[in-house]
Parts: sequence; C-alpha cells; structure tokens
Amino acid sequence: MSRLDAAFRDARSANRAALICYITAGDGGLRTTVEAACALEDAGADVIELGIPFSDPIADGPTIQSSCQRSIAAGTTPGGVLEAVSLIRKRSSIPLVLMTYHNPVLRYGHARFAADAAGAGVDGTIQTDLPPEEGESWLAESRRCGLDTIFLAAPTTTEARLERVLDVTTGFLYYVSRLGVTGSRTDLPAELAEGVHRVRARSVVPVGVGFGISTADHVRRIAMIADGAVVGSALVKLFAEAVSPADAVRCATTLTSSLAAATHRV
Amino acid sequence: MTEDWRTCKTLGLLPDQRGRFGSYGGAYAPETLIPALTELELAYEQAKMGPTLRDELPRLLKDYVGRPTPLYPAANLSQLLGAKIYLKREDLCHTGAHKINNALGQALLARDMGKTRIIAETGAGQHGVATATACALVGLKCFVYMGAEDMRRQALNVDRMRLLGAEVIEVASGSRTLKDATNEAMRDWVASVRDTHYVIGSAVGPHPFPMIVRDFQAVIGAEARHQILIQANSLPDIVIACVGGGSNAIGIFTAFLDDPVELIGVEAAGKGLETDAHCATLGAGQPGILHGSLSYLLQDSLGQVGLTHSISAGLDYPGVGPEHAFLMEIGRVRYKSVTDAEALQAASMLAQTEGIIPALESAHAIAAIKGIAAERGKEPLVLVNLSGRGDKDMDTLSSGLSDSDQQ
Repeated sequence: MSRLDAAFRDARSANRAALICYITAGDGGLRTTVEAACALEDAGADVIELGIPFSDPIADGPTIQSSCQRSIAAGTTPGGVLEAVSLIRKRSSIPLVLMTYHNPVLRYGHARFAADAAGAGVDGTIQTDLPPEEGESWLAESRRCGLDTIFLAAPTTTEARLERVLDVTTGFLYYVSRLGVTGSRTDLPAELAEGVHRVRARSVVPVGVGFGISTADHVRRIAMIADGAVVGSALVKLFAEAVSPADAVRCATTLTSSLAAATHRV
Repeated sequence: MTEDWRTCKTLGLLPDQRGRFGSYGGAYAPETLIPALTELELAYEQAKMGPTLRDELPRLLKDYVGRPTPLYPAANLSQLLGAKIYLKREDLCHTGAHKINNALGQALLARDMGKTRIIAETGAGQHGVATATACALVGLKCFVYMGAEDMRRQALNVDRMRLLGAEVIEVASGSRTLKDATNEAMRDWVASVRDTHYVIGSAVGPHPFPMIVRDFQAVIGAEARHQILIQANSLPDIVIACVGGGSNAIGIFTAFLDDPVELIGVEAAGKGLETDAHCATLGAGQPGILHGSLSYLLQDSLGQVGLTHSISAGLDYPGVGPEHAFLMEIGRVRYKSVTDAEALQAASMLAQTEGIIPALESAHAIAAIKGIAAERGKEPLVLVNLSGRGDKDMDTLSSGLSDSDQQ
C-alpha cells in the first residue's frame, strides 16, 4: 500500500477528510520548504504537495504565479526540490506529492526524473498540463518507479473522459472545484457537491477537491462530500505576506491547525 | 533533391489523430479545457462540410477582406537585389494583415458553436484588430489580452481595437509581451470555457488550433501558387515568410509542400543570436511545451521559458507552431534569422524602392531576400509573403530611421 493510500485510509477510519497542503517549493528558500513541510505535518496535514515552480503557470492565479516567480528568482531547480524532499523524508513519512507543469519534467527527462523523484522519497506527481492522452511515457516511468500518478477531473470533464482519467489515476483523483485558475475564494461553487458526487460515484481512488479551498469553513464542507481537501493559495499567500521565512512557517502552521480541525465529519 | 519533395506528399494529412506533426504538437492543456478542445475539433470537422466554411467564409473573404490579394511583381526591388521578386500582398487585406483570414474563420466557427464571448491574445495588435473586426461583424463580445510593453509600442492598434468595440486588457506580468498575454488569455479561457471561444492568432496552442489556423491561412499559398503560375509562368524557386508563431508562413508554405520549391522561414534575431535578446526559436531553442503544444521553445536548461526580444512585437515570442518544428526536423523548410537592424533597413528599402511600407514582421522576410538570392546565383524567382502593412510601426520605424541618421 502506498503512503497516499495509507493516508486516505487512516483519515477515513478516523471519520475525517484528508488535508492536503500545497506550498511552492523554494518560496523563501528550500530550507524554509523543508521546515514548512515538517511543521505542517505536525499541525495536522495528511499530505504535502510541493510545487516545482514554472515560468508560465497557465492554470494558476496571481498568488501562485507570484510564488513561482519568487522561487525561480531564489534559484530553485527541480533537482533542488528533490534534495529538499530527501531532507523532509529523513524526518517524516508524510506522503509527498510534486505538483508542476510538464515542461520542467520533460526537460529533466521522464526516466531520470521518475527515478530521482522516487529515490528522494516522492510518492506521486500532479502535472497540470499533462492530460492522460499525453501521459503515456510519464505513466510508464512512474509505474516502473512506483510513483502514483494523480490526474485531474474538472466540472467540464465528460463521463467518457472521466473513465479514461480514472483508468490511469492512482493515489487520489484531484477534482477541480470550479472553472478557473487557482486562488483563494470566499465561496464554494453551488454545484460543487453534485460535481464531486458524480466523480466519486465512479472512482475507486479517493477524491480530493482543490482550487479555491481557502478557509476552515470550506474544509468542513468539503469533508462532508469528498475524501480530501486541497488548500494551496491560502497558505502560499502567507509566504508573500510574512516578514520572514520563519514567520511564514508560523503563520502557515496556525492556518493548517485550524484547517485540520475542520476535517472531522460531524 | 526531387525525392525529398516526394516524401512530403503525406504532409497534407497532418496532424495525425492525436494532433501530432511527427513528434510535435499534441494537447498539453489543463483538464478543464480538454473537453472544449474536443468540441472545437468536432465542430470544425463538421463546419468544413457545411455552409459556414464552404459558402459564407469564402464570400466574406472576397467581399469583406478583399481576397484574392494581389501578387505584385516588385520590379524595382528585383533589380536592386538581383532576383525576380513577387510580393504576396497580405498587407492589402482588410485590417492590414493576414490575421483576418483566421480571425474571421474562427469567429464564424464560434458563432456556430453557440459561443457568445471571444477572447484573443495579441502581440503587434494585428490579430487583436482582426479579431475585434470579425467580432464586430459577426456580433460577438470581444476581449483582447495585450502586454503592457506591446500596448505602448503598438498604440495605434490599441485605439483601433477599442473603436471596434473590443475591450483591451493590459497584461503587466512577466515580459509584458505576447507570451504573457497568451498566459492571461489561457487563464481567462479556463474560467470561461462554457460560453467563450479563444481565437488563437497563430499556428500555436493545443490541438486542434495549429491545424485550424493553418487551414484558414492556407488561402494565402493557394492563391499565390495559382497567381505565380499565371504571372511568371512558373513555380517560384524560393518562398520566403517571417516566422513568429508562424501562421503567415504556414499559410503560404502549405500550397508548396509537394512542389520542388525551397521554403524559407525567417525568425527574428533581435540584437543578434549571440545575445539573449532575440526570439529565433527554431534557430536557438530546444523541444519543449508552452501554451499547450510540444514544439521548439526558447528555454533554459531547467525548462523555464526565456525572455525574448524583437523590434517586431508580432515575432517577440519564445515558442513557434509545432508544424514548423516538424518541417524543420524533416528538412522541408529552412529557417534563418535576421536582426532588428536588418529588418529596419529592409523596411526603408521596400518603402523607398516600391512605395510599400511593410510591417516590421514582414520586413524580416524582405531582409532575408538578398542573402538567399545570392546563394542561388542566377536571378531566382522569389515569392515573399508580405504579411502586413507598417502603419502600426510608424513610431518604431521613425525612431529607427532617426537613430541611423545620427550614426
């Protein structure tokens, strides 16, 4: 059983949703990323998603765009992110998922990236612009190295496509809560429960919901309809606003504690 | 060499079912957009058989755009450069560039698909103006994303778009040019895909866009081939076009792929390929993924997309259409580049010998004639796609001229 499978199983048996926390790796320096990942686990995160920054993140809103720019400017490389993963792995067995766009992975090389990621202790990847149709080579390398392949489903995904996406998805299915880019929102979409129900009915893997999940109240409502809640921009924003990397980790930890408390189903 | 041309007989069948030109192309897009891309492909395949693309578009291209555009034998330029030069006058299209061929086609397609809102990206503003024009004609709301730097250097086109009823949205992120305008248009589309069609302006983006844009622009080459056979009684020896994303080039090349004709794409070398300030994607890039397709890309060793420079806003883009990557790989098209200075000089030369002020993009194609003709020796027959007119570039052209006066 993979670390992701175990994390979702443990959450389910505790009658709660898994909390999946995204931070952009290297935002504030990779040392900060290592500290943040460990602190967020202590605060109650079940899965950590580390973003490998890309220069042109077309599915991300301003918050994650800026964090990618800060991280790239700080000299973050995919290799550096893998080193950070191995440092986290020395201290923790929390599931670690890399989230990125496909070009940095392509440039690194599919076989080499899969091997190095698995070697560092990565559990799986999410690649925003790699639909299953283009994923053949990456899927083969991931299977070979034991990496989970997390694909996305969206409100626009048809039934026929959903089958295709689910065929190649392991770990969890990432359900995009709304049409649009990532970023904090004040509300959840009205049709969300229906959309999650639709994919969950067909999915054998757990369903995590992300995009715009920003507050403890959001997490509480996601916990009632899905297996996991992904919080990204609300955490990343703290890295932009913080006075120091240590302050960013403190603020992110506080938010994560309140989000984790909201994962329990009532 | 004849056998090489023969291997190209199947090119008209590309892309394949997966949207690939050889190993290039595909649809590397967020999941939210994939169903819309499939819907677009189906709608396009149906429309090709239906009245919109069989009757309505050809009629509008004739009565509204002014097609066929003339093929002009440029006698003075020919004498000066030692070649027989014919210019395909896309600059005489309504709105001043070839962009309207595609914008009009896609606007009609969007209308038939029941979309009510159109978005577009623009660099030089020619595609933005063309899309705003098509939307005014067809009755669709139009929003154009444009980099802040480009809004400054192509101010005339910003005013034109606004007068045509479009909303121009300034993009201040990144390079503040075409790449970032495209990023923002993609982000808009991810949020608005149910009622919005994204009119991509070049032969780039996820499948089926490179195919659709090529098909709508192929009218350029189809006309030019017919015209030159009548006027010069021969196929050209060489066809030259500038390449940014590459829509005017693929538009004129497509008709000649199976002919014994040398095809040359001209990229922007900016301040020189030895500097970082250029956008010669095929000349200096490597395979990579940007804006939905696998093609060549100006990027660093980690896969981050580089900043580019060209004096011509329409060429100032780090990517290129996937079909061009393929045509380079199989050796069917040769890609060269010319610098900002050479393009400026070519614009003056064309203005003063023929009384035609070209767009800075098209001036790159003009600038390449001399060297290419010299390689051939005896007065080759050269067909050049004059893809747009230079009114929009008057500020840059005048300051370029006064710079060279001072030197």
